[in-house]
Amino acid sequence: MLQVPTSETAPLKPHVGCRELFMAFCSVGLSGFGGVLPWARRMLVEQRRWLTDEEFTNIVSLCQFLPGPNITNVSICVGARFGGFRGAIAAVSGILFVPVIIVILLAMLYDAYGHIKPVQDAFRGISSAAAGLIVAMALKMAYPLHRSVRAMVFMALAIAAVLILKLPLIWILLTLVPLSIAVAWMMRR
Amino acid sequence: MNERGILTELAIQFGLISLISIGGAVAVLPEMHRAAVEVHGWMSSETFANLFALAQAAPGPNVIIVTLIGWHVAGVPGALIATVAMTGPAFIMAYGASQAWERWHRVQWYKTFERGVVPITVGLIVASGCLLTSASGYGWANYLITAATVACVLFTRVNPLIVLSGAALLGLTGMI
Repeated sequence: MLQVPTSETAPLKPHVGCRELFMAFCSVGLSGFGGVLPWARRMLVEQRRWLTDEEFTNIVSLCQFLPGPNITNVSICVGARFGGFRGAIAAVSGILFVPVIIVILLAMLYDAYGHIKPVQDAFRGISSAAAGLIVAMALKMAYPLHRSVRAMVFMALAIAAVLILKLPLIWILLTLVPLSIAVAWMMRR
Repeated sequence: MNERGILTELAIQFGLISLISIGGAVAVLPEMHRAAVEVHGWMSSETFANLFALAQAAPGPNVIIVTLIGWHVAGVPGALIATVAMTGPAFIMAYGASQAWERWHRVQWYKTFERGVVPITVGLIVASGCLLTSASGYGWANYLITAATVACVLFTRVNPLIVLSGAALLGLTGMI
């Protein structure tokens, strides 16, 4: 569990029950269209003040390097921090429960009406825009890397490995990641 | 294949993807695409792009694309099994990591690890964007919509939902 620093200046960890965790992450899961993380920050840091800005950033950067969806990892870490194992379960089910039901209902509608031409036409538009959302996020994430030649090279290698060589992800992770870490280690200041 | 065989296949496939999904659900989209379209032949590339569009249009984390793939393959049981398989292994690791993190997060090797992993994560997400762009259609109109969406997200504060609905309207009016 994320320990609260024991120094006197550290803010007290608020008391948060499992039910509260479930409800809070439920609301986050429901508000996030195309990206839940900004909503999670709003709820955790600004509205409920369960975490400080720095605590939130630390948890997110940890969760980015853990396997699994980032936002469910954030909910698990926050849930574990306030309610241990049960808290983690409460938080992760909160963030998944309602969206999963909604998306299954949408999928049933799509199955019933998806073969109709207007629906197919609309979906051609939506899927192009959905691809654009991902491209835009990728560009936002890539921008901070442009000052590091090393980072740009490894980013390009990862792109080529997927798009040109069509390697399974596991091989990319087993080769490029250790190589990238080794180079980062050699170039450390 | 019988029902139980397909459910087992779903559970194993997404359990494995869960373990390698560093960088989140979007970073493993190419891997899911490979598994669902090429390895198992569960759906066409176009259906995959449509399911992803559904997941984007619905509220909630991007990972619900997994729910949709499971649902497409084996109905509601498939949806639930795929979702649990995708979150379960990650849950165990995240829970363990949340307990170990405080001890490690300031040490040099952890920071080096971060610096090494970030470019790969970003590269995988760029590749996802390229893959989805080509899976969603091949005409210039499709590329234009994708480019316009990118511009809207990067340079304006328009709600992405409005962009998605605009694209749906353009599709409906037969402009794509």
